[in-house]
Amino acid sequence: MQQIILFLIKNKTGLVFIILMTIALGLTFKAHTYHNSKVVSSANFVTGNVLETSEGISQYFGLKTQNEILAEENEVLRKKLLNLSPSEDTLEPKLDFITDTLYRIQKSTVVSNYYDKIDNFLLIKGGVKDSIKEDLGVISSKGIVGIIENVSQEFSRVISILNTNTSINAQLKKTNHFGTLTWDGKNPNILSLVDVPRSAPVKVGDTITTGGRSLIFPENVPIGIISKYELDENVGYYNISVKLFNDMTNLKHVYVIENTRREEAYKLLNPEQP
Amino acid sequence: MKTYFINSIRFVLLILVQVLILNHFEIFGYINPYIYPLLIILLPFNINSIQKLFLAFALGICLDFFEDSGGIHAAATLVIAYLRPLFLRNAFGLSYDYQTLKFYDAPFKSRFVYVSLMVLLHHTILFSLEIFSVNHLLYLFEKIVYSSIFSIILILITLNLIRKTSK
Repeated sequence: MQQIILFLIKNKTGLVFIILMTIALGLTFKAHTYHNSKVVSSANFVTGNVLETSEGISQYFGLKTQNEILAEENEVLRKKLLNLSPSEDTLEPKLDFITDTLYRIQKSTVVSNYYDKIDNFLLIKGGVKDSIKEDLGVISSKGIVGIIENVSQEFSRVISILNTNTSINAQLKKTNHFGTLTWDGKNPNILSLVDVPRSAPVKVGDTITTGGRSLIFPENVPIGIISKYELDENVGYYNISVKLFNDMTNLKHVYVIENTRREEAYKLLNPEQP
Repeated sequence: MKTYFINSIRFVLLILVQVLILNHFEIFGYINPYIYPLLIILLPFNINSIQKLFLAFALGICLDFFEDSGGIHAAATLVIAYLRPLFLRNAFGLSYDYQTLKFYDAPFKSRFVYVSLMVLLHHTILFSLEIFSVNHLLYLFEKIVYSSIFSIILILITLNLIRKTSK
């Protein structure tokens, strides 16, 4: 017994090193698996407020571009609204999306945004207090941004689409052939769409939107256009590079989208769970 | 007591500089310089090794909180803190063994070797853990080399600046 204690005292530095290293590596391995990386998160009081203060100062430098982005979005929305003229007979079905509030939308601003790593996260304002929950979708005026993963009182952490752990259901706008959207960790403007079947008519310049099989994003949210593609002859699936509409390196105003029927749909899909 | 005070100030300052300024640097799109290993580099040579390890872990985990990166900064900083005596002996030779070393009196070459070894090891561990896949070996290598060059230059400049003001 004495020998053991002596041994421990003699090697205390090494032991402390091993213990701390185990904790650090444990956290790292956890962070590399989606849905487990919640221990170390920037969505807490201290880091959230420090980053928010810094963002509050630096946002002045981007006001002009952000204004332009918002004005562009207003223009598109105005166009849509004016074309919904009440004299048309087809008013009822067109107004469906207004009266039937399937999706609850909430504005938010980006507090911190990383895009130069392999697994990137964003931090946005608004948390439990603003009834933001986990697994809600986040989009900007031009396309998708990510999925909310961790919520504190006032901040939420978003797992970016620029993260090798994300996979989002996406489809060709023209034909509704769907595939999975992933990121290879290199270019923050290019994502890859995999598992699109051979029968799909793929062409450079076609638009990719979110698919309707996801319970997180609404259908037909624009994502990007096809910049190049190749057919994997062995498996018969296309491997498509998608250039994003969204500039992920310049995000400020985003929208959190909640599918109000999500739980209902989820229960139907997983009946065995209570 | 004075050492504790100086190092606490450095701790907060380096984290703020790293998170609020340097993390917004995107040189050529993917190069991000890191200055915070400076805290470990500048620790007194006779510091208690257990305190040193805890300090390194705390520094790393703070960065991880800001960057949502799990424990990669903590692991990288721990390793350089643990292996620091080895690098010191390599770079400064006998004067470290006899405890007569004065950091700024040593020739520039020794300081350069010491800083480079620390930063290179730190970045190698950091980026290997971050990328964590053998599919990106070339990318990993590029990132380590380029980021290290920028970090080493940045840390050496900062070292000289601190020295001027404290005289």
